[in-house]
Amino acid sequence: MLDSSCGRASDIALPWPVWAWPAALDAYDAAMMVELVTKPLVSLRNAGKIYKNGTVALAGLDLDVREGEFLTLLGPSGCGKSTILRLIAGLDSVSSGTLTRGLARDRASIGFVFQDPTLMPWASVFDNVFLGLRLQGISRRDAAPVVNEVLALVGLGAEATAFPRELSGGMRMRVSIARALVLHPPLLLMDEPFAALDEITRFKLNDDLLTLHGELATTIVFVTHSVYESVYLSHRIAVMAARPGRIIEEIAISAPSPRAKNFRTSTAYANFCAQASLALQGAMDEVLK
Amino acid sequence: MKPFGAIWRLPRWAVRTAPPVLVFMAMLAAWEAYVRLRHVPAYILPSPSLVLETLVTDRGTLFPALLVTLKTTLGALAAAVLGGVGLAVLFAQWKWVERSFLPFAIVLQVTPIIAIAPLLLIYLEAPSAVLVCAFLVAFFPILSNTALGLASADRNLIDLFKLYRATRWQTLIYLRLPAALPYFLGGLRIGGGLALIGAIAAELAAGNAGKGAGLAFRIAEAGYRLNIPRMFAALTLISAAGIAIFAALSVLSAALLGRWHESAAGPER
Repeated sequence: MLDSSCGRASDIALPWPVWAWPAALDAYDAAMMVELVTKPLVSLRNAGKIYKNGTVALAGLDLDVREGEFLTLLGPSGCGKSTILRLIAGLDSVSSGTLTRGLARDRASIGFVFQDPTLMPWASVFDNVFLGLRLQGISRRDAAPVVNEVLALVGLGAEATAFPRELSGGMRMRVSIARALVLHPPLLLMDEPFAALDEITRFKLNDDLLTLHGELATTIVFVTHSVYESVYLSHRIAVMAARPGRIIEEIAISAPSPRAKNFRTSTAYANFCAQASLALQGAMDEVLK
Repeated sequence: MKPFGAIWRLPRWAVRTAPPVLVFMAMLAAWEAYVRLRHVPAYILPSPSLVLETLVTDRGTLFPALLVTLKTTLGALAAAVLGGVGLAVLFAQWKWVERSFLPFAIVLQVTPIIAIAPLLLIYLEAPSAVLVCAFLVAFFPILSNTALGLASADRNLIDLFKLYRATRWQTLIYLRLPAALPYFLGGLRIGGGLALIGAIAAELAAGNAGKGAGLAFRIAEAGYRLNIPRMFAALTLISAAGIAIFAALSVLSAALLGRWHESAAGPER
């Protein structure tokens, strides 16, 4: 199902692609190495966002997104997680502070996966995935091999002619991910993409997403409410508090990637979850203050 | 043994269409029986069989008139589609166009066409005035529905198009127009019926006789002559034309929305 030829490991500034790290490399050393050898792809410094109605969504936010990493923003509702994604995507601008991007500002630089699949219901699966390429002026014939390759990558090679309403919720989300990946963006932003899915589908998509991350070496910024999901997926978790939105703690998940099959049931996983839960509890306490 | 077991073996379309057809036939039978048993004179209430007979005997007068009315209706509907969709696209692209022109479109919509028709007949030839009247009543539902559809594209998809640096033209073609299609088709079905009503109302106001007379004039003319069966026959043709327009637009709607829209597609997965 997975085809590593889709990846653009050469686009990454690492001396070797993430998926090629020796398996024996100590996980903690690997996490530290990401920090040492990579430059920030996106930097927010003392960033604030105030909406027109006066709502202070973010204040004094410092955050680096490093090349190749899987970063999760974890926090309660209304803490500004989605706002950060919109700022990074350029769909909104900071009210104060700075945001710098270390990537080209072209159509293909950022992929976005929304909480809902947000597919075009009138278009087939193929045409939904083709969208980004079509907007670049690439013909359907030229795009077909790339689109079919990405569809195969997400396990939907046989569904190209189906319409979104003919698919299950999990399949629709795969189409949404394929649409984001078809341009091979160096940065992929995901706004609670699996929140509406059942637990079994979510676990499956978590595994698939990690496999894709390993294959494509795309930097991912992922938003979730789920402590368990954040620990399972991430190299690093930024725990946020609300009113105003800010990062109160960063947790490095120094577990081997790709995750071992028994990682979800391991003591290490439970410990990381406990650490993230405590941080999230701290975020809630901050709000109640 | 299941009750009505034989009915369940019929094709689905037959099961769906049988009830209204049976009710219609029963009503016609009751009407026919009432007229015959009570000996109601034809100038008061003609029987359905007499109406059918008049349709055949007066076909030389009625069918050319039907063609005139249909030509006006379809011409007005085509103009309303071009004008309504065109203006709705302009509304969606430039808000100042909407602010400038929407009040006038509403004024035309809320002013009864029967009041506008005599004025139009002063300035235009009768066929043109009838066409304009039919256009005016069909135009607004198409405009308002299409404008609503163009403005109802999914917020996240609009953001996605922005992220992909789509041009205004690309956003219109690949997002706003397809998103507006179900709304447009809803407006088109309303507009189709209204175009026929507008054409009939304007024909009545125009009252022109001769070769270019439509069905409405034939109804008025038959009324003056107390030819009630012909009035009913002309009315039957108008109803049939309205049903045919609605059915054709429903088929078009099903063909365009068939696989993807809730209103036309089957149960989802």
